[in-house]
Amino acid sequence: MYCTYPTTHVESVTCGSRHSDGAVRYLSWVLVVEIEVDSDPSGSDDEGTQRRPNRRQGAGRGGAKGRGRGKKPPSEDEDEDEEDEAPRGRRPANKKKPAKKHGGGDEDESEDEAPKRKRKGAANRKKGGKAQDSDEEDNDVGKGKKGKKGGGRKGGKEAEDSKGKKGDAKGKDKGKDNDKDKKKKKKDDSSSDSNSDSDEEESLSEGEMARLMEEVEEKKKLIATIRNKPWRMKRRLLNLKEAQGFVDKFEGALGKGKGRKWFAYKVMMKKKWIKFQRDFENFRTACIPWERKIKEVESHFGSSVASYFIFLRWMYGMNLVLFGFTFGLVVIPEVLMGLPYGSIPRKTVPRAEQATAQDYSVLMDFQGYCKYSVLFYGFYNNQRTIGLLKFRLPLSYLMVGIGTFGYSLMVVIRTMAKNADVGGGDGDEGEFTFAWKMFTSWDYLIGNSETADNKYASITTSFKESIVDEQENQKDENIHLRRFLRVMANFLITCSLGGSGYLIYFVVKRSQEFANRTDLSWYEKNELELIMSLLGLVCPPLFETIAEMEDYHPRIALKWQLGRIFALFLGNLYTFLFALFDEVNTKLEEEDSIKNASLWAMKEYYANYTFMINDTDSTPPPMNPADIIRGPCWETAVGIEFVKLTVSDIQVSYLTILIGDFARAVIVRFLNYCWCWDLEAGFPSYGEFDISGNVLGLVFNQGMIWMGAFYAPGLVGINVLRLLSSMYYQCWAVMATNVPHERVFKASKSNNFYMGLLLLILFLSLLPVVYTIMTLPPSFDCGPFSGKAKMFDVIMETIDLDLPAFLGTIFSYAANPGLIIPAVLLMVLAIYYLNSVSEAYQNANMELKKKMQMARDEEKNRRNNTDSTNQVMKDLEDLLPNRSFMPPAPPSKPEKMPELEAKPTKTKPGSAGRGVNLQRDVTLASPNPNARGPVSRPPGPRGAGPAPGAGPGPGRGRGRGPPPR
Amino acid sequence: MTNADSSSFRLHGRYRELAPHLVPLDYTNNPDIRVPPTLIVTMPELKENPFRDRIVETFSEDGHGNLSFNDFVDMFSALCETSPRELKTIYAFKIYDFNRDNFICKEDLKKTLNKLTKGELSPEEVLLVCDKSMEEADLDGDSKLSFSDFENMVSKAPDFLRYGSTSSTTKRGGKSTWLPLHNI
Repeated sequence: MYCTYPTTHVESVTCGSRHSDGAVRYLSWVLVVEIEVDSDPSGSDDEGTQRRPNRRQGAGRGGAKGRGRGKKPPSEDEDEDEEDEAPRGRRPANKKKPAKKHGGGDEDESEDEAPKRKRKGAANRKKGGKAQDSDEEDNDVGKGKKGKKGGGRKGGKEAEDSKGKKGDAKGKDKGKDNDKDKKKKKKDDSSSDSNSDSDEEESLSEGEMARLMEEVEEKKKLIATIRNKPWRMKRRLLNLKEAQGFVDKFEGALGKGKGRKWFAYKVMMKKKWIKFQRDFENFRTACIPWERKIKEVESHFGSSVASYFIFLRWMYGMNLVLFGFTFGLVVIPEVLMGLPYGSIPRKTVPRAEQATAQDYSVLMDFQGYCKYSVLFYGFYNNQRTIGLLKFRLPLSYLMVGIGTFGYSLMVVIRTMAKNADVGGGDGDEGEFTFAWKMFTSWDYLIGNSETADNKYASITTSFKESIVDEQENQKDENIHLRRFLRVMANFLITCSLGGSGYLIYFVVKRSQEFANRTDLSWYEKNELELIMSLLGLVCPPLFETIAEMEDYHPRIALKWQLGRIFALFLGNLYTFLFALFDEVNTKLEEEDSIKNASLWAMKEYYANYTFMINDTDSTPPPMNPADIIRGPCWETAVGIEFVKLTVSDIQVSYLTILIGDFARAVIVRFLNYCWCWDLEAGFPSYGEFDISGNVLGLVFNQGMIWMGAFYAPGLVGINVLRLLSSMYYQCWAVMATNVPHERVFKASKSNNFYMGLLLLILFLSLLPVVYTIMTLPPSFDCGPFSGKAKMFDVIMETIDLDLPAFLGTIFSYAANPGLIIPAVLLMVLAIYYLNSVSEAYQNANMELKKKMQMARDEEKNRRNNTDSTNQVMKDLEDLLPNRSFMPPAPPSKPEKMPELEAKPTKTKPGSAGRGVNLQRDVTLASPNPNARGPVSRPPGPRGAGPAPGAGPGPGRGRGRGPPPR
Repeated sequence: MTNADSSSFRLHGRYRELAPHLVPLDYTNNPDIRVPPTLIVTMPELKENPFRDRIVETFSEDGHGNLSFNDFVDMFSALCETSPRELKTIYAFKIYDFNRDNFICKEDLKKTLNKLTKGELSPEEVLLVCDKSMEEADLDGDSKLSFSDFENMVSKAPDFLRYGSTSSTTKRGGKSTWLPLHNI
């Protein structure tokens, strides 16, 4: 790239710099500095007059030298030339008339050259060494050791130079230049040009070497970090060229310089690494299923709607694992290794039902062939082991049933804990919510217009979310009225909850009556499901309407709404369950009689057979499995209920979306052209996405899966299909037919409320299942546990038969109440302890947060007050009688300002290699001297020097500080 | 070296393809060439960026958005991924400072916000957001953001580094636009 930018010819100027080295070669670096200091004062006086001639001379000499020297080995001169190329004119002058001259002379030329010089300055800083540091600190005072050279002139220059920083930079440069110049001067004086060259090369003193090394290092650093400087490219290029030239030359001289390739390699690897990281990140995101869909929904509908889909995805993941367990350990082994259909009674459709077993309506009710399939409990045989692998199916069945709950509990709780860890609060803890959104939300990587549109939408949405939060914070209200309304709303909702609960109970009772009749209409058969779905349809909107009275923040309102609908569903569920238990009990009674009848029939059959054949020896052919009298198999009945409920739930919810959202949207959209009022803005309008309803639908559905999965292993498979399809279906529906909520609100960061509901329902659904496993006797002629007194006897059996005896004894001890009770006690104590610990942490957390907030406020106040205090103090100072030197203060002020601004420039790059020149850049755009004041005034030194205009003291102190953060 | 050279050539190629009739291949005479902002903002890296005009203006030396090749390279180097956070902060500040008074005042905030949301917020909402942002970030109480305020605010932002003003390379385009400045 830089090849296109021809370097200026610096050769001619070069000569000067060399001399200094020669002259000083015996002295250490420190000494050099001192010498320079000494020499300077004299020069400073006559700068004006001599400048011109000097320069000319210098140039001439330089040219000659350069030519004469030709290819002479690289020496400092040359680099110096390059460095100084910009101030070419200046250089020659310097030679003769060291420091001072610059000051004057530079002024003319410096304006345009400033940048270059500054660069140099940075690079040379080390050269300048201590001198420079001090220089920076107290420019005004004495300019330290370097003092006079830079000193007087610099001050003057700065005064003249309105551009503060530039002036400063120049000053620095000059300082450095001066150093060199002085050296050169000496050289000139002491020896002829040609001699000096050779001398220098031959004898580089230790100090020189060290200094050179330092310079080279400095330059290298500059090269490495030049990208990071907020400079215009021109300046950068010049700097870079200089620095490179310098390094090239001297690295060779110093016998090193192999670092370049390694550095380039490192840079390249760094880039590659970053790119790889980004790609990997993209890849990982792409691996998360539906991430894009969800993001898209989020960008248009806000995080609250997205939280539902995230929850749905999480559910899908969990169900997938449950599905894996159930199918991998129960269903598939049974299909592969179990007895085939028709081999035994429980795997055969009874003769009476065979005629209708394939009817569509029968199958849709999960009767007929469906009922006698792997989908349901009854199909499984009680053989202890099946197949070649001796797979213990009954044991596996029980373990999977329990493991389903165990795994779900574990996952839910772990997720909750993780969420609590990540999320914590409800989102508004950042101190810069709006500012961050404003300045950091755009993704500069976006190059695709569709993505950009989504991003716009999501930014707008997120702003709206925060605005809602903010408005809620600012809201003040009539607290009494509000309270009254809230109590009232709760009362109304409790009433309707009770009503719907009773309705369900009533319907369940009725359906039990219907169960004994055969002449049922379609309505009567499906009454229970219909009523429950209807309640689910009617109640939530009703609650929502009532909740309007409460006027909560939408996020909190959502939680209330969730809780209420949850109660409704819970009531429904439990009423349903009690009804189911009634049914189970009747079935159990029925079973007893059937069991006897069945045994009796079997005996009869054999007796008859023997009687007819008259041959006691021959074994009778087994009865056709379809003819054997069967028990009612209550487990399968329960399973069928759950499956039916699930399926009808799927149908209802899908139809609701189709009609309530899609049809409505279509009507609103297309009838709007020929309608008397504006459908889109007016009455029907488009639907909003019903977060609470959907979330609860999901939770409730999951509860049914958990309860039903034990009796109908196929239910998990159905559920997986449902979740999968509803992900796509609902994503489509929400994007196509819904409009965002009127008040888009931010979901709480953690979905823990959803998780809490899920946990609750998991626990509730655990109870009936465990109850049946532990207390109810399994059916005598169906299912893997038939023939046992209790289902869990399978475990006992396994322990007794398959495990070594001592394990059995261990188990029996472990099951001893004497052990269990202390264990439970211990756990309770542990929970108590951990709970109090976490509470303590929480308190500490809150305290810290409060403190942080306070600190921030305080800082703000302090900064706010700084100005005012300063004003007051200023006025006070003005009034002080002993401030007789106050008059000069006003003129000194303009002087000071540039310094203030400039100093940080110097310190920054020096202090760190990355050296981004903060202050500098701000001014770079458009110098605005009057606006500077507040910026460069850090809060710290306020105490020390309250009055900015008071004198050099405070000014210096302030200037020295790091740029305000 | 070669690596960097090639990337600089590529960059120049990109510069040139914006305005083939304006940009010569031969720079020996150091011609003063500037590509007008209307052409610059059509780059895939910028064309979707709400602040594209400001970006171009900020990096142009004349302040009107005409970019010389130097400015162009400047822009890429500042926006590229490896450039340090401080540098990005500086340029971000300048980009958001619409009226170039070295402060981000409420007017600047309003403009920023309207560009970010395509003007979809109501005036009251805009006002609220601007007030709140100012209140949050303005530490010295002069109801405008100085650079130090801005830097303080941005440095605490969790993902500014990654998403703030990071690389302008598009995911689609995938052209690497490294600045060849670090080839020693």
